[in-house]
Amino acid sequence: MSEETIAMKVARYRPEHAAEPYVDEYRVPYREDMVVLDALNQIKDEIDGSLAYRWSCRMGVCGSCGMMVNGKPRLTCSTFLREFYPKPVVVEPLRHFPVIRDLVVDMTDFMEKLKEVKPWIIRKGEKPVEEGEYLQTPEEVDAYKQFSMCINCMLCYSACPVYGRDPEFLGPAVIALGRRYNLDSRDQGQAERREVLGVDWGIWDCTFVGECTVVCPKDVDPSAAIQREKVATTTEAMLSVMLPFKGRT
Amino acid sequence: MQTFAHDIVIVGGGGAGLRAAIAAAETSDALSIAVVSKVYPMRSHTVSAEGGAAAAMGPDDSFDLHAFDTIRGSDFLADQEAVEAFVADCPSEIIQLEHWGCPWNREPDGRIAVRTFGGMSVNRTVFAADKTGFHMLHTLFQTSLKYESIVRYDEFFVTKLLVEDGRCAGVAAIDLRDSEVRCITAKAVILCTGGAGRIFSFTTNGAIKTGDGMALAYRAGVPLKDMEFVQYHPTGLPGTGILMTEASRGEGGYLTNREGKRFLEEYIPSKMELGPRDILSRAIMQEIEKGRAFDGPYGQYVHLDVSHLGEKLIDEKLPFVRELARNFVGIDPVHEPIPVRPVVHYMMGGIDTDLAGRTRLPGLYAAGEAACVSMNGANRLGSNSLSECLVFGARSGRQAAEDALGASQTDERPVEKLAQAEQARLVATYLEKERGRERISAIRRELQAAMERGAGVFRTEESLKQAVEEVRELRERYRDVSLDDRDRAFNTELVAALELENMLDVAETVVRSGLERLESRGSHTRRDHPDRDDERFLKHSLAFTTPEGPRIEYGDVSITRWPPAERKY
Repeated sequence: MSEETIAMKVARYRPEHAAEPYVDEYRVPYREDMVVLDALNQIKDEIDGSLAYRWSCRMGVCGSCGMMVNGKPRLTCSTFLREFYPKPVVVEPLRHFPVIRDLVVDMTDFMEKLKEVKPWIIRKGEKPVEEGEYLQTPEEVDAYKQFSMCINCMLCYSACPVYGRDPEFLGPAVIALGRRYNLDSRDQGQAERREVLGVDWGIWDCTFVGECTVVCPKDVDPSAAIQREKVATTTEAMLSVMLPFKGRT
Repeated sequence: MQTFAHDIVIVGGGGAGLRAAIAAAETSDALSIAVVSKVYPMRSHTVSAEGGAAAAMGPDDSFDLHAFDTIRGSDFLADQEAVEAFVADCPSEIIQLEHWGCPWNREPDGRIAVRTFGGMSVNRTVFAADKTGFHMLHTLFQTSLKYESIVRYDEFFVTKLLVEDGRCAGVAAIDLRDSEVRCITAKAVILCTGGAGRIFSFTTNGAIKTGDGMALAYRAGVPLKDMEFVQYHPTGLPGTGILMTEASRGEGGYLTNREGKRFLEEYIPSKMELGPRDILSRAIMQEIEKGRAFDGPYGQYVHLDVSHLGEKLIDEKLPFVRELARNFVGIDPVHEPIPVRPVVHYMMGGIDTDLAGRTRLPGLYAAGEAACVSMNGANRLGSNSLSECLVFGARSGRQAAEDALGASQTDERPVEKLAQAEQARLVATYLEKERGRERISAIRRELQAAMERGAGVFRTEESLKQAVEEVRELRERYRDVSLDDRDRAFNTELVAALELENMLDVAETVVRSGLERLESRGSHTRRDHPDRDDERFLKHSLAFTTPEGPRIEYGDVSITRWPPAERKY
């Protein structure tokens, strides 16, 4: 029985051996139900144990295994080889991030930005747990739910030309997360977050390319989050000029 | 060597670890808390939990009902004191998480909603669609960011507990960036590293679930309790093992065989699809043995059918099931049944702790799936484990905080020496060792296959004996393991080797404890000992490490108000 195989062209970067990245080509057995991550695991287990990449849940929710697959940012656990077969599959580290080793990128910048947007419930006073939950209707949950689905896979940062050009840009996932808390009926931190979101390298840096929304594996739609945050910020600014006391007397 | 000093070190950044960190931070601003994790916290396997978190909050629920369901589900092996502590704390933990922003599903009036789950006699499972673990983990992680006293060591792999003068005084951890050991000292160390499903080949568990904390504690002399109890979830996708949540049955889904029949009528007619996991997994295996299952490339399977629930309900309450089935097996559950078979999901056993997470090694605590308090006994009920992470994460965090506040500053020098020795061991054993003959992947694959054969849903003396021998042989072969990768930068093969060592230790306690338990109870089903034997085995097993392998002792089960009785549904 002849076994079908597929060529995997994998970007390598081993700073202890070579100053520049290079490409290794491997051939692995091909089955129709294999994902790109399966092929990487085949390589690591059977051919070359030195290949480095991150993965865990293999069900598209832990967010570890984002890489460039044939030029597009993808979750490798959810990208099937059959999409490319019999052509070779090119796997590279996520674009726009520094590379630590092979397919492993440096997430430090993303993690710092995530914290900057204050992704937690901010309230003037919190009621004691004994007093029970804050009531929130299903409609109020729906208002922010979509923006709470982000798995921090960072595909949107790789897709975003603005982040590629200006690393200061907060970026799609972080802005969507800020929007998620701003829209939560339990939250009172909009003003604090606006100090982070409303700056030049916040929402105003986005030129509405929309690639972030296209690549998002969880339909978070960061691009909509950014545009709506712009509208909300502008409306508030206009209201504060026209109605300095927000209609209160 | 770089040394970092903290008051509390938490190993693992999943549900239990983050809850412990926040509990410690809220106990006192004066405490410095480190979360050391081999992955960024939001990658932790809590993220994959789907169905929900149990709490007696519904209008028809009560403390006693939740407690009794849990105890009966455990086949009376749970410590009733632990169950009572657990049940009492669940509602406040769920509300605490709500205050932190968790997007729980709601009733039309805005109150937190509850859904049906297996083995629970009333609606008790709080949920965020079928991505409950994901939302809990991200809520906890994002909330943890507001505490300045919580310091994270992301992508640090702990290789050893540093025990000085009879106390756990810190950990040695490799920074994956450069593969150098760092010495992280503490007055209290909490292990929240999750389970070890990866010791089996067919599991719902992510790659990171390799029993690291269990192995660390075990090697430090702390016993692993009730390790023979491995939960098979009835409904995993054949091949990948991806979980199809129990909520799909809680919402009304059916299990059917090749004859199109809801076969559970023959096994548990009173509960049908809402029976506990051990009973349902056995029923499916029996259907397979009777030739009433479907044949597939990845073994035989039965059908999980939710199509009659309709697209609206599926999209509202089971969207992830639909997404996973579509993406990974090309099936839309709105129109077609999903192929499923029993799959290793959860370890009831773990590091022996008391109700505050303390182990018998001073300074060492554990919580979550890594620990065994024990509130799950011989079979855990679905949705009790997310709540367990919250309740016992918080309890261990508070206890560790109080103990750390009262502890005196320890001398770091002897602890540093231990870490230096660990660095030397790692270099000699792995990075600068001459080439060996064994590949990590080969030993891992054989270990997983041996566990599947020997310690599956049904077990016998013969199967377990063989597994004990095979694990022993694999341990011998492990000494000759060799790395392709000798780089210092992000050496994932080094991590894989260390994980495999942990898996071998944990696996050995599973098969040895299983071999010595001559009865069937909960998930542990011995064909050669089909009955429960309370006289001899209403006991917790305790596996201690010795050079010859695990030594099994037994400990008492705490019984408060529910005398052991036949487990009837």
